[in-house]
Amino acid sequence: MATEALPPLAEPFADRRQQRTADELGIWLYMATEIMMFGALFLGLALYRVTWPAATAEASRHLLKWIGAANTAVLLTSSLTMALAVLAARADRQGRCVLLLLATAALGLAFLGIKAYEYHDEYTQGLMPFAGPGFPLQERGTELFFDLYYLGTGLHALHLAVGIVLVGGLALRLLVDRALLPDRAVTVAVIGIFWHLIDIVWIFLFPVLYLVAR
Amino acid sequence: MSIASADLAFAPAGEQQPSYLSAGHSLRSWLLSTDHKRVAVLYLVSVTGFFFLGAIAAALIRLELITPAGDLVSDDTYDKLFTLHGVIMVWFFLIPSIPATFGNFLIPLMIGATDLAFPRLNLLSWYIYVLGGLFTAYVLLAGGVDTGWTFYTPFSSLFSNTHVVAAACGIVVVGFSSILTGLNFIVTIHTLRAPGMTWFRLPIFCWSHYATSVILVLATPVLAMTLLLVVAERVLGLGIFDPNKGGDPLLFQHLFWFYSHPAVYIMILPGMGVVTELVTAFAKKRVFSYAWVAFASIAIAFIGFLVWAHHMFVAGMSLYAGLVFSFMSFAVAVPSAIKVYNWTATLYKGRVSLDAPLLYALGFIGLFVIGGLTGLFLASLAVDVHVHDTYFVVAHFHFIMVGATVHAYFGALHFWWPKMIGRLYPEGWAKAAALLAFFGFLVTFFPQFILGYAGMPRRYHAYPPEFQVLHMISSGGAGVLGLAYLLPFLYLLWSLRWGAPAGDNPWGAAGLEWRTTSPPPRWNFAARPVVTWEAYPYQDMPKPEAARGD
Repeated sequence: MATEALPPLAEPFADRRQQRTADELGIWLYMATEIMMFGALFLGLALYRVTWPAATAEASRHLLKWIGAANTAVLLTSSLTMALAVLAARADRQGRCVLLLLATAALGLAFLGIKAYEYHDEYTQGLMPFAGPGFPLQERGTELFFDLYYLGTGLHALHLAVGIVLVGGLALRLLVDRALLPDRAVTVAVIGIFWHLIDIVWIFLFPVLYLVAR
Repeated sequence: MSIASADLAFAPAGEQQPSYLSAGHSLRSWLLSTDHKRVAVLYLVSVTGFFFLGAIAAALIRLELITPAGDLVSDDTYDKLFTLHGVIMVWFFLIPSIPATFGNFLIPLMIGATDLAFPRLNLLSWYIYVLGGLFTAYVLLAGGVDTGWTFYTPFSSLFSNTHVVAAACGIVVVGFSSILTGLNFIVTIHTLRAPGMTWFRLPIFCWSHYATSVILVLATPVLAMTLLLVVAERVLGLGIFDPNKGGDPLLFQHLFWFYSHPAVYIMILPGMGVVTELVTAFAKKRVFSYAWVAFASIAIAFIGFLVWAHHMFVAGMSLYAGLVFSFMSFAVAVPSAIKVYNWTATLYKGRVSLDAPLLYALGFIGLFVIGGLTGLFLASLAVDVHVHDTYFVVAHFHFIMVGATVHAYFGALHFWWPKMIGRLYPEGWAKAAALLAFFGFLVTFFPQFILGYAGMPRRYHAYPPEFQVLHMISSGGAGVLGLAYLLPFLYLLWSLRWGAPAGDNPWGAAGLEWRTTSPPPRWNFAARPVVTWEAYPYQDMPKPEAARGD
């Protein structure tokens, strides 16, 4: 057996390139897990859209379409700043990268703020089947739509909150440790992929929930 | 290609590196270790604990069923016993058993890597497993759960008064431990193979773990979401599966089996990988048609995603859906059969030595064939209507999960024990335990086929007296089986201290894991291996007598 000397490595990786490949493959696999998880919810939405078409349309008309549209714009913009942050990290432009990451986190917070306003509005109208005043819609199936709406948007908001912590934390780390780039540009890319997933889930949630009546 | 036997010798020993076992003796050195071998041992200890917990539940079930009257435990307690038995055995023993212990320990060794790709994630996944286990322990202490391991709605969401929420949360949590383990394996096999270790030089064990990991990553999240929906229904009163609100309980069954059928392959595929390694090592012969065996694993993982609704033939599905799922269920038997034929062909004209690991592997093959063929009965629509929810089903899946997977687990434990610990187990005792396990299993579960065919439904704690004889035989077999599982526990513990030193390669096996010391050093190899040979080069190995080091 041919051999070459093996130093006791602290990492299982032989070089940076191998580590980058592993990190990127790892996050894509995790994305596959996330997509399958949200997939179960989308299956539920599709099934009840077929079972209760009129109720789904009726319930969907009670959602605030323009607020949803505004939030879509906010989130898409955050994906742009995230993508630019990844480019800045690869180009070893530390300050620019930090600024773009902070902008991304701020846009994420803006989304959550708008969403909170929307939830509050729905709560006062009684559209939360599990809280607040009595549910105003009579038709069978409308409550199911709202159940899935809260589960889908709630789980999405939870992911976004995790994303904000990750992006904000990464910005702070880059501020403190200026030697991280460009070696750890892959970390920015990995968190970026997670952020884009949050974005893509919303891009599917928005039409399935807000536009389905039209 | 031919290899000079000098190429197969060990790397010239520079200085002897200390083994992973001597890297620290404090509790902290184990609980905070990111060494894949130490994490594997942590898993080994914890799944063994859960195995005995699940076995106690099974023992109480078999004791209750000795008499036709429900006299040992109340019917409520009986429901909780079989639920706990199922939940613990499926999620806390079978699914992590081979992957999280042997996969964890062996994949880096087999591919010539120093560790898994994400060592800290690997340790984290064990802590997540323990957290899930704590939920289950809470359920156990707080009074149990009575829904069956399948958590069917609307019983689990609207009617059961037991600890469904905590049990479901425990399973969701432990699911994430599986997902992270699967992710780690896939990335490791893709990125950390040693120079020269091409895909078609990988041991079949790695191929089957790769296929398993794909299922873990893609199916487990669906279960997580499904059980979270049940939790949301119980806690918040949402109605996704509630027919009163327009929800559909069948959606639960579809989502549940979309995970839980592939989960059967999560349990069996690693076992198939183990058996391939054992058969080839004890026949001293290259695996017959390597590529077919490798791709059969991938085919099982793929087709296994498309058969889930064969659990629902009597649940009110359309006939055409039933036909498709019946056909797919027959189709998934093809790659499984390919594996059985190839194991047999590997043994044919091999230099077979009947050591304990091979006895376990042969037990696996025999019981897997019975379990697999009765699976075809169940895949046939008309027969399934007759035996659905009877002991026929119970016997069928126990042949696969216990007869096959647990045999493979014990086979793996014996085969790689000398590598993990550096000491040999007592061979005579091990052979006795392997034979006891095989016959004990047959006596326990074969009568259940007859019981089920005669009409004994599953999940009942009292039954008509005409079934008593078969139930008594089954319970007697369970006693033998219990002894067969207790024996290895005792003599393996004994061998920790008194076993003879194993040497690096007591079996004369060809895998890369046998080309380092037993137990291996922290970074697995004294020098980075460079692979220049095809998989399983037994034709070029020295005779086993010469290689045997004890």
